[in-house]
Amino acid sequence: MTAGAQTAFIDFQDVWLAYNDELFAAGQFAVEAIDLQVQPGEFIAIVGPSGCGKSTFMKLATGLRGPSRGRIRIDGQPVTGPLKISGMAFQAPSLLPWRTTVDNVLLPLEIVEPYRSNFKRKRKEYEERARKLLQKVGLAGYEDKFPWQLSGGMQQRASICRALIHEPKMLLLDEPFGALDAFTREELWCILRDLWTEQRFNVILVTHDLRESVFLADTVYVMSKSPGRFVVKKQIELPRPRELEITYTREFTDIVLELRGHIGAIRKTSPVVEATP
Amino acid sequence: MNASRHFERWAPVLLAIALVLLWQVGVTAFQVPDFIFPSPLQIAQQFNEFKGPLLAAAWATFWVTMVGFGLAIAVGVMLGFLIGSSRVAYAAVYPLMVGFNAVPKAAIVPILVVWFGIGIGPGILTAFLISFFPIMVNIATGLATLEPELEDVLRVLGARRWDVLVKVGLPRAMPYFYGSLKIAITLAFVGTVLAEMTAGDSGIGNLIQTAGSQQRMPLAFAGLVAISVMAMAMYELFSWIERHTTGWAHRGSQGH
Ligand SMILES: Nc1ncnc2c1ncn2[C@@H]1O[C@H](COP(=O)(O)OP(=O)(O)O)[C@@H](O)[C@H]1O
Ligand SMILES: [Mg+2]
Repeated sequence: MTAGAQTAFIDFQDVWLAYNDELFAAGQFAVEAIDLQVQPGEFIAIVGPSGCGKSTFMKLATGLRGPSRGRIRIDGQPVTGPLKISGMAFQAPSLLPWRTTVDNVLLPLEIVEPYRSNFKRKRKEYEERARKLLQKVGLAGYEDKFPWQLSGGMQQRASICRALIHEPKMLLLDEPFGALDAFTREELWCILRDLWTEQRFNVILVTHDLRESVFLADTVYVMSKSPGRFVVKKQIELPRPRELEITYTREFTDIVLELRGHIGAIRKTSPVVEATP
Repeated sequence: MNASRHFERWAPVLLAIALVLLWQVGVTAFQVPDFIFPSPLQIAQQFNEFKGPLLAAAWATFWVTMVGFGLAIAVGVMLGFLIGSSRVAYAAVYPLMVGFNAVPKAAIVPILVVWFGIGIGPGILTAFLISFFPIMVNIATGLATLEPELEDVLRVLGARRWDVLVKVGLPRAMPYFYGSLKIAITLAFVGTVLAEMTAGDSGIGNLIQTAGSQQRMPLAFAGLVAISVMAMAMYELFSWIERHTTGWAHRGSQGH
């Protein structure tokens, strides 16, 4: 396939998914013909209209769902089940209200091996690690507070810490900043950028916000309305490290406008327009 | 602000006192005979006079209720856990339980008498039968409500069903559980008294029944008061436990 296929960290080859047998028989796929190679440490963003299959793509990439057709390899291995090397965070922080922030962050270590077997013995060490991580995202002083004592942005930071505590190779974020105000959102962009710069895990970021995708990602993929296909792949050549100021430059807005154009084009590709040659 | 908070706190007590006074004044003013509707004063006198038998009856009712309620907790939690953690079990058991719960328990008591004879057996069983349902439903509901996102977060880490139940389901079910206990305990008292009235040889239900048939209304009312006080005290106890064990569920803004 593509040149990078051998070394790719995430490798989708002609992947299709129908959610159940009936849909499969009816030929109704949630995502279609997905071909994609992601290099180790690459930050990709996926944008597209609601219901186009972005979350479905996440389920495929984490092994929560197997494809109906096609092959998925991640980190050199065919995907056969849930991938513990991934951490996930969503728009809703979904922290457990009866646990303190630090205990929420520790939750994955109580579940995933090898931490699970060592949890009782090494609790101190793990807790130290969780606290360090929380401090890194600006939650120093809130470690022992309960989620309901935190603002939405703080809860989301904690949720990202929970996704990263077991040092996954792959971080999957499904519209993580969608519910936040513009200022908090930009703050969290920078926090995510710093975490990624330091640890270089792979990131798959699903978002509605084109500026967000261009600011953070190495590559932006645009998905078409259902059935979801990847229709545009855009390498973002902006130099790193990127500061927020870059979002006001001409270069940046040009890329955003270009992507905007693609999405506009997809919108128009409704049956009416397709009929005209 | 502070004054109005004080007032709010004492309002139920004030209302109760006002009602009792109104009752006393009404009964006295219209000269209602005590075998129809006794006054609070007469009830209090009966309390004083029949302290011994009333306390004995109250104690009998209390422990029969508690045994039935204990059974209800054990069975309710087990069934709730079963149907809340397995969809097949839910589909199979739940409709049956709903049908069973719809059977009027008063209709079951005579059958229980045939099986277990006059005595505490029917009391314990009626208390149990009437009160396990809310416990079961609430445990099941608490277990079954899990946000799909959180489920994904955990499943991707290789969490087994059991992990999810223990780490998320059970703690989340706790407020539902405690909430159901205070409903269930009052129902359990209803069940015990019901059985005592038709098939008892002891307890408040039996006392009310006997007093009623002898036209001794003040004593019957004293029995009513005794049972209400017990049920109310237990309700308050369980709502206190609820507040002090699952405080996180009662803080305003946490949403889920
Ligand atoms: N569990 C499911 N069962 C059946 N269809 C589903 C399921 N989840 C999503 N879909 C369908 O798949 C399509 C893509 O959904 P999704 O991936 O959630 O979109 P997005 O995240 O881009 O908004 C939608 O048409 C949706 O209705
Ligand atoms: Mg989605």
